[in-house]
Amino acid sequence: MKLDLRLPIGLMFATFGVMLTVYGLVSNDAMYATSLGINVNLWWGLVLLAFGLVMLGFALRAQRRSKSSATHSTSTP
Amino acid sequence: MQQIHLGTIDYAILGVYFAFVLGIGWALRRFVKSSDDFFLSGRSIPAWICGLAFISANLGAQEVIGMAASGAKYGMMTSHFYWLGAIPAMVFVGIFMMPFYYGSRARSVPEYLKLRFDEKTRGFNAITFAVMTVFSSGISMYALAKLLELVLGWNFHTSVVLSAVIVLAYIFLGGLTSAIYNEVLQFFLIVLGFLPLVLLGLKDVGGWDGLTAKLATVATNAGYSEGAWSSSWRHLDAASANPMGVEWFGMVMGLGFVLSFGYWCTDFLVVQRAMAADSMTAARRTPLLAAIPKMLFPALVILPGMIAIGLHATREGGLLPLGSDGTPNYNLAVPVMLAHYLPSGLLGLGLTALMASFMSGMAGNVTAFNAVWTYDIYQSHIRPGQSDQHYLRMGHAATVFGILLSVVAAYAATRFNNILDMLQLVFAFVNAPLFATFLLGMFWRRTTGHGAFFGLLSGTAAAAIHHGLVLPQGAVVGLKGGFLGSVLHTYPSEMAQNFWTAIFAWTACFVATIVISLATRRNKSDDELKGLVYALTPRLTDSGIVWYKRPATLAVVVLGLTLVLNVIFW
Repeated sequence: MKLDLRLPIGLMFATFGVMLTVYGLVSNDAMYATSLGINVNLWWGLVLLAFGLVMLGFALRAQRRSKSSATHSTSTP
Repeated sequence: MQQIHLGTIDYAILGVYFAFVLGIGWALRRFVKSSDDFFLSGRSIPAWICGLAFISANLGAQEVIGMAASGAKYGMMTSHFYWLGAIPAMVFVGIFMMPFYYGSRARSVPEYLKLRFDEKTRGFNAITFAVMTVFSSGISMYALAKLLELVLGWNFHTSVVLSAVIVLAYIFLGGLTSAIYNEVLQFFLIVLGFLPLVLLGLKDVGGWDGLTAKLATVATNAGYSEGAWSSSWRHLDAASANPMGVEWFGMVMGLGFVLSFGYWCTDFLVVQRAMAADSMTAARRTPLLAAIPKMLFPALVILPGMIAIGLHATREGGLLPLGSDGTPNYNLAVPVMLAHYLPSGLLGLGLTALMASFMSGMAGNVTAFNAVWTYDIYQSHIRPGQSDQHYLRMGHAATVFGILLSVVAAYAATRFNNILDMLQLVFAFVNAPLFATFLLGMFWRRTTGHGAFFGLLSGTAAAAIHHGLVLPQGAVVGLKGGFLGSVLHTYPSEMAQNFWTAIFAWTACFVATIVISLATRRNKSDDELKGLVYALTPRLTDSGIVWYKRPATLAVVVLGLTLVLNVIFW
């Protein structure tokens, strides 16, 4: 694959996750009256962060694998 | 409606998204070396990415805004667009049609028509398709800018220019690969951006049971029986028993068969995504893998509309803004719901997802346009026999003027609404019979070039004549129908009229193609049709693949799950 798409997906959602989680922690509880009193920024931020990290994990694992197989194939004649 | 005020965090999220969209285009630019790379991603994309792009290219404005609007207006019956229409059609294209599309090495759908039939059939399809994509992209742009103006108070011109420049930049840099990668990004953004809205809405109305109770009020207020908004099949026995005004035959034949199969099996916009796959198996699995998230989409795009109308009907003062005629403005269901439930932060994510859906619709149309323009019009009629680099440059140029034409179309829409409505009608007439041509072309070797071409014309004419002689209830004679002088039949709704126009067009094309083919000589020998027609193509064997990865296994699973969903929400 030319560019592992899971890398930008993971990065973007991890960024969103951090932004929303932090915003959820510092924001005023009163603004969550619209969302049925639930701090949705905090909770959904954590969901997005988890999703982003899983995607990044897959991408990094694939990268490590292709690297180790590349070095492996050059060492064998 | 009241304008939404965005905070810094909302703008920051929007900014991060745009940075990633452009970043992907930038990172992919060095992989575009030949015209194949630009138009077909060098046929190197894995199946899961193609699959998500396959549904995301279609996940444009119509789907997100339109399906929620239909959910509000017609209720659960809207799910037929998925569980009766799209999913079976996607299975069909994956199992039966992809072997010919991918196997023939055609680079576009019109090119397949050229290989199978002749130049005139290809030309007809290529030109109507190219014009249609430009206008669809323009309408997407127009709708986005209008929505942003209404909801956020943004300047119309700024929105048009901004969306045009972003889409142009990432397609110009990375071609189809960039469009596909961004479509996948947009897919996840739309799912993860709208899911909190659906969850909060459902919690608010008291789950599915609470929603059913609220929708019973909606249905009885409109004069239907209680379940008319919350069941998909139960009220299809008569057109007068449901808000869509369609009975089961028109639904199954018109929407389920002609319109859905016609769209998913012959529209190059979606087929192009599967053609970019890295192998035949991947190409066949593309629509099948796409079908799995697709069957869950009703929860994401129809449910918000149903929740909105449920709240609207049972709440003091309503929820949706009313139009001039006193009916709710269904098209605003999604923006109203976003503003109603999401606080600053998630609101930014939701709006970013909404903008992503518009842009993926635009980008999909533009990439399909530049391929059809370059291969099927420019290379075959204007400048054949040039170097590959020449066509690659033409692809870049086509991206630029495709987007410029879309901008023109977007502005035309602000001034001449009727002209665009008329164009859409004409395209509907052209597209409805197309599936008959493909079906006969792929499965009956006796179909001739003349048969295909004049069959298509007959189907288009039949669509126009039917539309010209009927009228939906409450409409005035004109674009809505009846323009041929007399109104022979009045349908209960526009939806019903559309379904029946499609049925007439398809039948006319099917019959005319057979009759004309039998009366004319074949223009292609059996040898030339190898790989293009079912009976003359060696069967694909999937024995080299683990059983659970085979297209046939996937197809059975997908159809089984769809059946279960139909039964649950019967």
